Amino acid sequence: MTMKITAYADRTSVAPEESINFMVNCQAKSFKADFVKLICGDLNPDGPGYKERPIKTKANGTYPGRRQVIHAGSFIQLEESEHFNSLESFTLQAFIWPTLPENGKQVIIGNWSQRNSNGAELSIGPQNSGLMLTLGFGKDKLEEFSTGKNFLSRNWYFVSATYDAKTKSVSLTQEALHNHAKINDSAKKKYKVHNHGMKNCARMATIGAKFLKLDKNRTVCQNHFNGKIDSPAIACRALNSAEIEQLKHRQNQSLMSTDVVAAWDFSKNIKSVNVSDVSSNRINGKLVNMPVRGMTGWNWDGDEMNWSHAPNQYGAIHFHDDDVHDAGWEVDVTLKIPKGLKSGLYAARLRCGNNLEEEDYVPFAVLPPKGKATAKICFLLPTASYMAYANEHMGTDAPIAQLLAGRLVEHQHQDLYRNEHREYGPSCYDVHTDGSGVCYSSRLRPILNMRPKYKSWLGGKGSTLWQFNADTHIINWLEAMKYDYDVITDEELHYEGVDCLERYKVVLSSSHPEYHSKEMWDAMATYQDRGGRLMYLGANGWYWRIAFHEEADGIIEVRRAEGGIRGWEAQTGEYYHSFTGEYGGLWRRNGRAPQKIVGSGFTAQGFDISSFYTRKPDSFKKPVKWIMSGVKPDEKIGDFGLVGGGAAGLELDRADVSLGTHPNAYVLASSEDHTDLYLLVCEELLINYPGLGGQENPLVRADLVFYETDNGGGVFSTSSIAWPGSLSHNNYKNNVSKITKNVLDRFVKNGPIID
Amino acid sequence: MEKNLGEKFIASSNDRELIAEFKRNPIGHHSPELQRLLNQFRGIPMKDKFCLLVIKPNRLWQLAKTSGVAGKPVQKLPKTFSSQSDAEWYIFRKRWKSLTGETLKP
Repeated sequence: MTMKITAYADRTSVAPEESINFMVNCQAKSFKADFVKLICGDLNPDGPGYKERPIKTKANGTYPGRRQVIHAGSFIQLEESEHFNSLESFTLQAFIWPTLPENGKQVIIGNWSQRNSNGAELSIGPQNSGLMLTLGFGKDKLEEFSTGKNFLSRNWYFVSATYDAKTKSVSLTQEALHNHAKINDSAKKKYKVHNHGMKNCARMATIGAKFLKLDKNRTVCQNHFNGKIDSPAIACRALNSAEIEQLKHRQNQSLMSTDVVAAWDFSKNIKSVNVSDVSSNRINGKLVNMPVRGMTGWNWDGDEMNWSHAPNQYGAIHFHDDDVHDAGWEVDVTLKIPKGLKSGLYAARLRCGNNLEEEDYVPFAVLPPKGKATAKICFLLPTASYMAYANEHMGTDAPIAQLLAGRLVEHQHQDLYRNEHREYGPSCYDVHTDGSGVCYSSRLRPILNMRPKYKSWLGGKGSTLWQFNADTHIINWLEAMKYDYDVITDEELHYEGVDCLERYKVVLSSSHPEYHSKEMWDAMATYQDRGGRLMYLGANGWYWRIAFHEEADGIIEVRRAEGGIRGWEAQTGEYYHSFTGEYGGLWRRNGRAPQKIVGSGFTAQGFDISSFYTRKPDSFKKPVKWIMSGVKPDEKIGDFGLVGGGAAGLELDRADVSLGTHPNAYVLASSEDHTDLYLLVCEELLINYPGLGGQENPLVRADLVFYETDNGGGVFSTSSIAWPGSLSHNNYKNNVSKITKNVLDRFVKNGPIID
Repeated sequence: MEKNLGEKFIASSNDRELIAEFKRNPIGHHSPELQRLLNQFRGIPMKDKFCLLVIKPNRLWQLAKTSGVAGKPVQKLPKTFSSQSDAEWYIFRKRWKSLTGETLKP
């Protein structure tokens, strides 16, 4: 599958008079760039139809096309140092926890130069042939030495190699640190070297991969290591066994002062992209493509779960051959947002081909001018949640996808491209090549499932929408109903706090605002406490705790810790964010169940068809009966819609006072009659029991909730991801649209919500 | 063909009711018996597993199958459908054949 054009932007939100850059990979000679205001991204001919509105900008035009590629795979790029390149004899050592030892040669540390066979490298040999030392003698002469003992996957080993130029000898040590009986995978080997005068080189030294080339200032590596590396070190001579043992534990200060060239301690500055050499040479390094820090090391004993309490047991970095942070493409198009351009959802429309038949869209929010609001209503674009799902591969990879969807999985051309171009990087729903969970996700790469016109296999029968494109139904409704609104994103919420919300009378959420940092959570709670009004038009919101990196742009962290519906599970001891040191996982397990901030929280999911709500006694109570104005007492609410055929579907939330729903909250309506593919979420299961499906379990429902907050604030929650897909039914004349309008009109007015 | 779905068995008269039930409503509420059968059909591994490609949204789909190997292309097959129900019924018949050896009439 080819996509002749793919692109990303350096930011997801931009204010008037600021600039946004677009990086474009185009296989045609040229491409046309223009910009559109996005209204409705749903191509379903049974819905309101696709709507975009071109806007004139100075950046509209034709640009030369060029191929830009992503170099996936993480490693540490070490600062250049003459210490490496002047070594004649040496010792290389480290602890390693390989995860794919059978996957070809994987470099632990080295400064190898492919061009002339210069330098040295320590690696796992091809075909899992054990520890391997490669020495280069220049002019394509090299010698390789191996222990020949297979590594076991996911077990710790201590490895070392020495080279003595004078005696022309090599020694290798592969020491298994596991205690599996009758597994003989430790080895000590000595070899004679035939060539003399190892040629060192001025090539870049790297940990976790082998340097290949520079590509437009990006360092490109190959032979990526899959697994953990802990405490690598280099000495300037062939150490004896006792000295190697001392260096292993950093015990001999004299040795450290005189013979150690570098000794890296990954347990220092775990939050940083920089790694520290604790030898006197200070040959520090920098992470490329964000391998995972804060991981249990070779000496982790299980007594401590929090890396900040015992950092010395968290000296490992986990490298993956499919890690991606910043694709690092060159800028092709720069748009300066015109002064006066209305805040809203926009996209760069990038097209190529003879009839402009190949296209990619890069969506972004145009913010109101700095420090101002240009409307009373704000739509909060959940860019952190889009990042968590960025480029997910479940539809092509996961056998359960068809079970969850309850039908054949539908693929778009973007899905086929993502499947074949794994270098575009995985989502936090995927596992890496080595089966470990993906806990970081970046927006500095094309995110091909965050696009208008895109259908996601998760999105229910019908329009089959999920996340970004589903959320355009909210934008479409606001436009159709002629509401004036601004758009901001999760990153404004995270970095600016409550200030960015306080200017608005009402904030509308998306259909699925699932991922929140503490800063985002606090900002929303403060907004409500100060009288802000939130309409939560979705479900499974405020579910996972995330962290933004404090140094690196555009990347979030999710630790799938001890509860919740998880595409993978964090390893024991690895529940704390490396970016911040916070305990990760569900907000519910952080003392802040979603019910505390939106009155309802995740209770069930299913992805085949949606259902409807019926009114509950609270909806007839005098203080809130205006919400149901125009809805008959026995009328089914939302027994129609583009997402699964109903307004209650995909993921559902329920009110629960024991989890934090306001005791005075009104449960206005609840959904019913879900299929048995809708199952209770696993965090509710202490003892598993029969009858967890939608036809039997009373907890499989969406609750329509309203409650007041302090200072005139209020929260209205629809508790269903499918809700926005029903808004446009019957030309917006339907009870889902009516209820949404009743609440929004009341929320936007001055004065109390309840008379 | 997809992975063999299990030991061949002779469909009983009760099982035959599941065929009619599925044809009436391939996506949505099902009897527990039909759901068990569909769980078996739909839960098979990804190698050579049938899926659909969207040709025209909500109007035209092409049959395909996944490779089961990350990065290896999805294979397009020379069969298209103008409704999801048609596609579901076509694949149900293929999977029924694989399970029972019996060819169901279209």
